[in-house]
Amino acid sequence: MSKHTLSVLVENKPGVLARVAGLFSRRGFNIDSLAVGETEHPEVSRITVVVNAEDSPLEQVTKQLNKLVNVLKIVELEPATSVQRELLLVKVRADRPIRSQVLETVQLFRARVVDVAADALTIEATGTAEKLDALLRDLEPYGIKEMVQSGMVAIGRGSRAITASPALRVAA
Amino acid sequence: MTRPSPETLAHALERQRAAGKASGAGVHGGAASGGAATEPSPPAVLTGAQSLVKSLEALEVEVIFGIPGGAVLPAYDPLFDSKVRHILVRHEQGAGHAATGYAQASGKVGVCMATSGPGATNLVTPIADAYMDSVPLVAITGQVPSSSIGSDAFQEADIQGITLPITKHNFLVRSGNDIPRTLAEAFHLASTGRPGPVLVDIPKDVLQSQTTFSWPPTLDLPGYRPTLHPHGKQIREAARLIQAAKRPVLYVGGGVLKAQATPALLELAELTGIPVLTTLMARGAFPDSHAQHLGMPGMHGSVPAVYALQRSDLLIALGARFDDRVTGKLDSFAPDAQVIHADIDPAEIGKNRHADVPIVGDARHVIEELITALRPAANDLAFPEWWQTLNGLRERYPMGWEDPVDGTLAPQFVIKRLGEIAGPDAIYCAGVGQHQMWASQFIKYEKPGTWLNSGGLGTMGYAVPAAMGAKVAKPEAVVWAVDGDGCFQMTNQELATCALEGIPIKVAVINNGNLGMVRQWQTLFYNERYSNTDLGTHKHRIPDFVKLAEALGCIGLRCESTADVEKVIEQAMSINDAPVVIDFVVGKDAMVWPMVAAGTSNDEIMFARGVRPVFDEDDI
Repeated sequence: MSKHTLSVLVENKPGVLARVAGLFSRRGFNIDSLAVGETEHPEVSRITVVVNAEDSPLEQVTKQLNKLVNVLKIVELEPATSVQRELLLVKVRADRPIRSQVLETVQLFRARVVDVAADALTIEATGTAEKLDALLRDLEPYGIKEMVQSGMVAIGRGSRAITASPALRVAA
Repeated sequence: MTRPSPETLAHALERQRAAGKASGAGVHGGAASGGAATEPSPPAVLTGAQSLVKSLEALEVEVIFGIPGGAVLPAYDPLFDSKVRHILVRHEQGAGHAATGYAQASGKVGVCMATSGPGATNLVTPIADAYMDSVPLVAITGQVPSSSIGSDAFQEADIQGITLPITKHNFLVRSGNDIPRTLAEAFHLASTGRPGPVLVDIPKDVLQSQTTFSWPPTLDLPGYRPTLHPHGKQIREAARLIQAAKRPVLYVGGGVLKAQATPALLELAELTGIPVLTTLMARGAFPDSHAQHLGMPGMHGSVPAVYALQRSDLLIALGARFDDRVTGKLDSFAPDAQVIHADIDPAEIGKNRHADVPIVGDARHVIEELITALRPAANDLAFPEWWQTLNGLRERYPMGWEDPVDGTLAPQFVIKRLGEIAGPDAIYCAGVGQHQMWASQFIKYEKPGTWLNSGGLGTMGYAVPAAMGAKVAKPEAVVWAVDGDGCFQMTNQELATCALEGIPIKVAVINNGNLGMVRQWQTLFYNERYSNTDLGTHKHRIPDFVKLAEALGCIGLRCESTADVEKVIEQAMSINDAPVVIDFVVGKDAMVWPMVAAGTSNDEIMFARGVRPVFDEDDI
C-alpha cells in the first residue's frame, strides 16, 4: 500500500463532502487525512484527500469519484512535483528549567510559539507529515499535553493551476 | 451557469426519439437549443407544487406511480387537475418497481412519488434496484418543512442521506424557484450517460411557497460530462484484436438495450460471424432464434455459453460489467482471453477484469464504429473450428429438464409453454429465484424490451408491480408476470391497483410451495436441511391464490396437471378486461440447471445434478 494525495475539485454546495467521504468508506478505503476549503472560484471547493491504496483500487475509487455529479475534477499530486503541508498545534510541558531547550527545538524546526503559560508552551508548526513527525519525536521527552493536526493541503509546483483547465468550465 | 455539452444534451434527445417519442426530450434539447419541442413559457406566479406539476407536464411525463401523504400533499392538489396520469398504488415499493417496469418497457424515464419518512423509505428498495440495473427513474418525495428538518419531526427521514449510495444523484430542493431546473436536471441525469435513479426531495414549505415558473430552465451540471463517442484509436485497436482472434465471443450486457443498439448488434454479429452471449440483463438484445446466439452465460447459463467464455481468446464485452454471477470465481474466469471492454461508465472498465482495450462510449456508437472499422476485413473473418466446437456442445448440452418422478407438474414445462403461447411480442416480467432463471432459459426472446427482471439487486417482489408499469407503457402488449409463490406474496397487493386502474396484466404464479432457489441450495449444499423455506402454500394452501386473486379484483385460475397447462394459458390469454392470476401448482423438487455453484470456477459447471459436461480433449 502506498499513500496518494488527491485534489478533488467539487461544486461548493451543501452535502458534497458527505458524498465524497461516503464514497471512500463505501468502497472500503480509509481516509488518512482530509482537508476542505474554498478556492479562487467561490463556487468551487477543493478537497485534499490522502488515502492509502494500491494503484488499481485507487484508479477505481477515482473513477467512482468522477461519477459524482458534484465532482468537477480530480488530480493526483505527486510529492515530488507538489508542495504538501500540514498544520500542527502542540501543547508541550515547559517548566522554567527546560523551557530554553524546548525553544531551541522550536527554532530548529522553524516552528513558532503561539501561546505561553507558566509551565507550558503551545507551538505551531507547518510542514510535511515527515517534518511534523520529527518535531513531535523531539518534543515528546518534554511531555506532550495536547496536540491537534490539520489535514494535508497540497498544490502543484510551477505556474500551472489545476483550476484553470478548460475541463473545469466554471465560467460564471 | 454551466451547461452540459451539446453532445450530452443530444444524447437525451436521441434516446427519447429511439424510445418512440419524437418530441420527447424537448426540455433537455430545449435547454441547450432554445426550446425544440416545448414552447418557452414566460415567468408566471404560482406555488412550488404547481411549478412541480407544470415541470412534469413540460417534461412530457405521462404517468406517475405514487401515494400521497402529509408532506407531499400540496403536490397532489395541482396534480388532481393535470393531464399527467397518477396511478395510486398500494405500497410505495410498488410505485418504484412500476416506474422501473414502465421505464424498461418504454425506454422513457419512470416517475414515482411518495411522502416523507416511511413513504420515502419504502422507495429505497426499488431505487436500489433501479441503481443496480441502470434504470432511468425519477423519485419525487415530500419532505417535512425546511424549518423542521433535523428535528426528528413526525414522518421525517433523511432520504437524501439514505439514498446517497443508491442513486445516480439526488437533490434536496431548498427554494421554489429551483423546482423547474432541478426537475429538468433530474430527468437529464436519469436518462443520459449510464441511466440511473435520481431522487428529488422537496420540503412541504417549498411546495407551498410562492414562486415563478418559466420554461425551459438552464441546466447547471458542470461536473456531468458522459463520454458517448468512443476514441478512434481504441476502436482501431479493438478491430485489430478481432481480426487476430481465433475464438472470439460477443459478451452482450444490458447496456446494449439501454443504448437501443440491438439493430447495430445484429449487424455486427452477422458481419463478423462471432458467437453472441446475452446476459440476464440483455435477454432480448439478440434474437434467441439466431444461429449465432449461444444463450445466457453465468451461474445458470447454458453450457455452450459458459464454455465459450472460458475457452475464448477474445471477449468483446459490450455494455456488460463482469458481474460475479457471470464470471464465477474471477481468478479462473476466461483465463486465455484478451478483453475488449466497451461501456459508457468508465468505472466499470477494469473494475473486475483487466481490459486490454478499454473503450468508453455508448454501446450503439461503439458497435457502429466497430462495424465501420471491420467491414473492409469482414470477408477474412471466419471461425470454423470455434463454431464446430460450440455447435458440438450445443447438440450435446441443450437446455432441458427431466420431468419430476413424483408426477407433479414441471415448472419448466409451464414456463416454456407460456412463452410459446404468448409469443415473442409479449412482455415477460420475472421475480427473483428459480422461476426467474427458468423464464430466462425457456422463454425465447426475440425483441428488446420484452424481458424485464431484477438482475443486479435480485429483488423478490419485482414482477407484479413491474408488469403493471410495463402494461401502462405498452397497453397494447400482452404482459405476463412470471412470479414465484414467495415473490408473489411480497407485492401482490398491486393487483388491486391493476384491477381498479384498468391494467389487465397476467400473472403466472409458479407455486412450488417453497422459497425454491433457497431450497435448491439447501438440497445441494446444506444436506437437505430445509430450514425455513416451506411457505405452506402447498401443505395448507395458505393463501389460496385463486381466492386471493378474486379478492383483489382479478380472475383467479388454477392448474395442477400437465394436461391442463395449455388450456389454462389460453383461457388467460383470452381475458383482456381484467388482470388474471394462474396458480400453477408445481413440484417442489425441480432444480435450475446448469449451475455454477457460487464462488467456484465456471469450469466446474454442472449440466445437471452430478453431471459434469464432458469436453473433448480438442475442446480444451
